[in-house]
Amino acid sequence: MSNTFNLVWLIPALPLLGFLVNGLGRKSLGKSASGFIGSAVVLGSFIFSIMTFMEVRQGHTGVVHFFDFLNVSGLKVAFSFQIDQLSSLFLLIITGVGFLIHVYSTAYMHDEEGKDFAKYFAYLNLFVFSMLLLVMGGNYLILFVGWEGVGLCSYLLIGYWYENNNYTDAAKKAFVMNRIGDLGFLLALFWLIGKTGSMEYGQVLQTATLSKLTAFDITGITLLMFVGATGKSAQIPLFTWLPDAMAGPTPVSALIHAATMVTAGIYLIARSNILFSSAIITQQVITIVGLATAFLAASIALKQNDIKKVLAYSTVSQLGFMFLALGTGNYVAAVFHVMTHAFFKALMFLGSGSVIHAMGGEQDIRNMGGLHKHMKITSITFLIGCLAISGIPGFSGFFSKDEILAGAFGYNTIVYSVALFTALMTAFYMFRLYIVTFTGKFRGTHDQEHHLHESPKAMTIPLIILAILSIIGGYIGIPEVLGGHHQLAAYLSPVIPQIHHHLSHETELILMGLSTLLVVCSITFAWIRFRNFKINHNHNSLASFLENKWYIDELYQFAVVKPIQKASSLFQLFLENRIIDGSVNGVGKLVNYGSRQLRLLQSGQVGAYVLLMVIGMLILFVIQFFVS
Amino acid sequence: MDIKAYIALSLVLFTIGIVGVLVRRNAIIIFLCVELMLNAVNLLLVAFSKMHALSPAAKASANFAGDAQIFVFFIMVVAAAEVSVGLAIIVMMFRNVHTVDINFLNRLKN
Amino acid sequence: MNISTIVFLLLSLMAVGSALMMIISKNPVHSVLWLILVFFAISGHYILLNAQFLAVVNIIVYAGAIMVLFLFVVMLMNLNADTEPIKNYRMQLVGICTGGTLLLLLVLITNRMDVEQLVETNAGNAGLIKNLGMVLFKQYVLPFEISSVLFLSAMIGAVVIGRKEEPIDQNPNS
Repeated sequence: MSNTFNLVWLIPALPLLGFLVNGLGRKSLGKSASGFIGSAVVLGSFIFSIMTFMEVRQGHTGVVHFFDFLNVSGLKVAFSFQIDQLSSLFLLIITGVGFLIHVYSTAYMHDEEGKDFAKYFAYLNLFVFSMLLLVMGGNYLILFVGWEGVGLCSYLLIGYWYENNNYTDAAKKAFVMNRIGDLGFLLALFWLIGKTGSMEYGQVLQTATLSKLTAFDITGITLLMFVGATGKSAQIPLFTWLPDAMAGPTPVSALIHAATMVTAGIYLIARSNILFSSAIITQQVITIVGLATAFLAASIALKQNDIKKVLAYSTVSQLGFMFLALGTGNYVAAVFHVMTHAFFKALMFLGSGSVIHAMGGEQDIRNMGGLHKHMKITSITFLIGCLAISGIPGFSGFFSKDEILAGAFGYNTIVYSVALFTALMTAFYMFRLYIVTFTGKFRGTHDQEHHLHESPKAMTIPLIILAILSIIGGYIGIPEVLGGHHQLAAYLSPVIPQIHHHLSHETELILMGLSTLLVVCSITFAWIRFRNFKINHNHNSLASFLENKWYIDELYQFAVVKPIQKASSLFQLFLENRIIDGSVNGVGKLVNYGSRQLRLLQSGQVGAYVLLMVIGMLILFVIQFFVS
Repeated sequence: MDIKAYIALSLVLFTIGIVGVLVRRNAIIIFLCVELMLNAVNLLLVAFSKMHALSPAAKASANFAGDAQIFVFFIMVVAAAEVSVGLAIIVMMFRNVHTVDINFLNRLKN
Repeated sequence: MNISTIVFLLLSLMAVGSALMMIISKNPVHSVLWLILVFFAISGHYILLNAQFLAVVNIIVYAGAIMVLFLFVVMLMNLNADTEPIKNYRMQLVGICTGGTLLLLLVLITNRMDVEQLVETNAGNAGLIKNLGMVLFKQYVLPFEISSVLFLSAMIGAVVIGRKEEPIDQNPNS
């Protein structure tokens, strides 16, 4: 254990400190002070994360034990941090992207009142703290603490503008959906404790421990964990909260609902990859769910008109891709895609935030257009993001997506073709978004046009940095076929065993060429179709089906919410009013009545008292001599 | 005489006392009934002092019957003290409410 | 039927009859007088039971002192008329029933008791003043002294209760 690991506790402690300072001093701190504190602590964490990363690169890994979190008979759970390749990589993503988004927020949230501004940064810092706890925790319990913490912060930040009822509803929806998933995760943890008696990664994730579990146990535990992951990472059937979560401020969407929190499920599964690799059924389920989510969300994104909604569905779709990778056993590709996705999706969210900022809160792309000439930096960086997500060679998304597709091809051809089709849809809707927003003529009001401006430096610089990362981020994972060594896979190999593709280099090259060609076609098609975009209200049935998000919300409303409400009102009527209220009020009434009657005994008549005394005596005699 | 005869007599006297307390409303009569009950008990105690089991301890004691009679003596002492206080209360009550009917003593009610 | 049995029956009849008369008679003075008669009968029983001293004390203290005190109070308050003009027949019925039940219960209980081994002993002269005095002043001297304190407190209590309420905040010189 090296010196750096002694300071590793500072990584989560700094954001916690920032949270406390900003949260407690939110009334006295000025705007610039709270923004500075909020960003500085995350920068500090980032620096320590880099130091940790450097240590880990040299092969120093370990578990840093602080104290016993729980010590109940037979079960000992330590408060410890697991510092290894996987967690250090996530640390970099979280603190790095987090820092950029903090800086961006100082400008984006500038119109807020000082009190709310500090509150925002307090929440954001708390989120970073929870997320760091999640990835650094040395056992499932610490992970779960962080897991719940990010859920809470997500709720708080979605409902940040709490005066608006729709926003608080969205926050509640996110929270409830997450809770459903958390229940599954919690059950998985109980099952794990029951069977192995431990929650430490070092003890559970070993072949010796796993050999003690039956196939049924492993399948059950992994399936339940996956239920937790579907809640947190917005997969079918629990994905509907993520698009609604766009109610929060845009930097929040970028940080929580694109770059970090929603990848917690992927982290969980990647962390437990040994467990999942031995559960074939679970892997199949994950593959199917991931693929279905990717396809469904991509198809919905084709017809959305809210700039953030498109990005949200794109996020869901990309998360589906990551799960597809996990399901096909391609853990490295999933982690790789988490990283590249964090870069380009954060970039696009921040870009959309910049657009929204310039448009004075307008989010409907039908009212935009031609923004390129007003905000060049935003437009170019956004274009880079679109190219990256579409998988144009040379950009980061190409490498990670291609790895996933290659894995899918090796898994099953049908899975591959659906995934490829989804990738084409991704390119199509992303460029639809770009073309409609940034090219053509401005379709908004005159005031808005007059108001258009490039965003301040605090917003554009993070955009530029993220754009650079979106381009070069992929080069740490150049596949062998293109002459690289896939450094990421090599780096992660102690945590995630490398799998060797049984695809020949020729096949891989053909696949790459095919997907690139198709993506370019797709982009061209989008360019032709939306070059002269006009607001068009004639919808065919498929389009309105997609625009209404496959009516999934309505389906849930009909299948889950309505029956529960019906049952609730039924219970309210019968169980609550009659039985519970009845019995409670009945007890009260009985006592009342009884007291009213007993009161009559207190007549004040001495004679009556004596009579009662004698009767009592009689009863005592009878009990004493005749009853027993 | 059989001890049962004395027990029966005591019980009858005691019950008459109780019935008296229950049916009469005059405080002085009630007081008299209390005295009657006390005397019924005294009578029973004296009867038991005369008729008791011949245990070895009783034979050894030269003056066993005397203990019970001393007990009765003390009961009389306490009764005398009680009467003095009780009569004082009745006098007081009569002075305030001008009656000795206990049904007018319902101030406990409020 | 020997002489003591006849005396016992006579005295018992006298005691029960007088007790009944005591609770029946309307005039409190008559009640007091009937109770004195009960005490005389009980004193007779005491003599039958070799408790000569108690018999005498019963006459002197109860019949002589306490009952006279009662009579004195009754006459002081001029209560010799019927003090209960309004009869509460229901209460009387309930009282009699309760009393009857109690008697029945007590008889049943005493019947269940094993009293066969209680036999008449020759107490002899245990109840004479000399013997009782020896017991009282040797064995029970402490209770005896305490009972004198009890009397003192009862006396003070009676005086305090029976005192006429006088306004305190009057002129202290008067």
